[in-house]
Amino acid sequence: MTDTAHPAVWRRRTPLAALLIWAGWFALVVLFVFCWHVMNRNTIWEFVWDAPRQAADIGDRMFPPRWSYLPELLVPLWDTLNMATLGTLLGVILAVPVAFLAARNTTPSAAVLRPAALFVIVGSRSINSLIWALLLVAVMGPGLLAGIVAIGLRSIGFIGKLLYEAIEEVDTAPVEAVTATGASRAQVLDYAIVPQVLPAFWGITVFRWDINIRESAILGLVGAGGLGLKLQASLNVLAWPQVTVILLVILATVVLSEWVSARVRKAII
Amino acid sequence: MQAPVQYPARWKRPPQIFTDPLWRRILFVGAAVYLVLALSTVDPNWARIAEGWQRGLRFIGGFLQPDFTSRWRDISNGLIESLTMTLTSTVVGVLISVPIGIGAARNVAPPAVYYICRGIIAASRALQEVIVAIFFVAMFGFGPFAGFLTLAFGTIGFLAKLLAEDIEDIDESQAEAIRATGASWAQMINYAIQPQVMPRLIGLSLYRLDINFRESAVIGIVGAGGIGATLNTAIDRYEYDSAGAILLIIILLVMAAEYSSSYLRKFLQ
Repeated sequence: MTDTAHPAVWRRRTPLAALLIWAGWFALVVLFVFCWHVMNRNTIWEFVWDAPRQAADIGDRMFPPRWSYLPELLVPLWDTLNMATLGTLLGVILAVPVAFLAARNTTPSAAVLRPAALFVIVGSRSINSLIWALLLVAVMGPGLLAGIVAIGLRSIGFIGKLLYEAIEEVDTAPVEAVTATGASRAQVLDYAIVPQVLPAFWGITVFRWDINIRESAILGLVGAGGLGLKLQASLNVLAWPQVTVILLVILATVVLSEWVSARVRKAII
Repeated sequence: MQAPVQYPARWKRPPQIFTDPLWRRILFVGAAVYLVLALSTVDPNWARIAEGWQRGLRFIGGFLQPDFTSRWRDISNGLIESLTMTLTSTVVGVLISVPIGIGAARNVAPPAVYYICRGIIAASRALQEVIVAIFFVAMFGFGPFAGFLTLAFGTIGFLAKLLAEDIEDIDESQAEAIRATGASWAQMINYAIQPQVMPRLIGLSLYRLDINFRESAVIGIVGAGGIGATLNTAIDRYEYDSAGAILLIIILLVMAAEYSSSYLRKFLQ
């Protein structure tokens, strides 16, 4: 009988695995250093070292906030809320049919319409709403409408993706039961699938509404109305005390909408 | 003898979400009033939209026949800035968010550290990336360095929060076993916590890499470098064929990043 020679010290990995992992981390470090050099080719380091002084300067100018500016912000705030809500509504109206076309169990044609619907979802998701707004302002002119359409187009992808995943996960037993009564396809959809995805639908919509409030607050930077427009105007004239007030209003709105959305989602699910 | 119970001859579907009839009526009326009020604030300038229609068609034309060549130098510069910014900011953001994430986990950090770290996370999450970018551009000057700082700051809020939640959800028995051997706090983190959260940390980092690329396409609009700046310039110059090319590149890269990151995450878990 022979004893296999056990190493005196326990090792988690074989030498080869350890070497490979080490090589992977080393490659990451090399890539990082390379990217850092390429990125900072045109960086003016004097400005970077100057940053603490600039920060102190801006901070100095930002306080105290100019509270008398607050009444002027009420209309833009209302505009921002409307932009988010109407944009969400538009997104929902467009996203629901897309989601039903994209779900494997409800799509009328898996060969043509499903890939088309999936492409719509991916295309809408990969362009940020600020870029959508940039394009739409160029086409439609500045104003609330461009912002609403931008928010709506961006929401299609988000709502569509989550909704079609919810539709694909429905329990098949009710579907079979309703089908067995001789129901048409539309009736199966109405009585077996819709009631199952309705809570998910409301949850997704409120969640997206919350995100849209955040996004619509800054869409004005490219000319789409709301609080962002005021922010841009104040930044252009370097009115830092006004910027502080606007940022605080945005922050309060975002926190409030997040609280509302969390409460609603908790109540539904 | 009992009288036969009268059953209704027709079945009516019970209400799904709002079961109280009074609340349902209030909500419907409230929604209708809000919709009228909100729609009245949208004041579309139809003359401008009719005029912009032409531009919209030209834009779609530019999208169908993208022009990659005539601005290729600008596009490739923007792309290199975006990609390097994405990688460096993710690496630095992850390095910073690991200690903050550990500090924000209730089961391994003392209360004082816990509240400080949660505060940092809340600050990073409450501020939109574009607004942070405006400030960093004002402090550090135009260019990708400001973008790098913005994305790294955004990464902290996202990654540290999810990492902290993950550490709070670990299997306690392993931590207890390591503690029972007389291990120090650092050894406990290294041998009990780190192996449990590492796969998820890598997955989240890859996901954040994907998000950072998307964001890097946006923050260029406010001067923080990257492909967004190139896109903004192209639209300002009415070069819709170049803008179409840039958008196509963004969509393709985002799709590639999304699929490869989700594939890698599946492979790692």
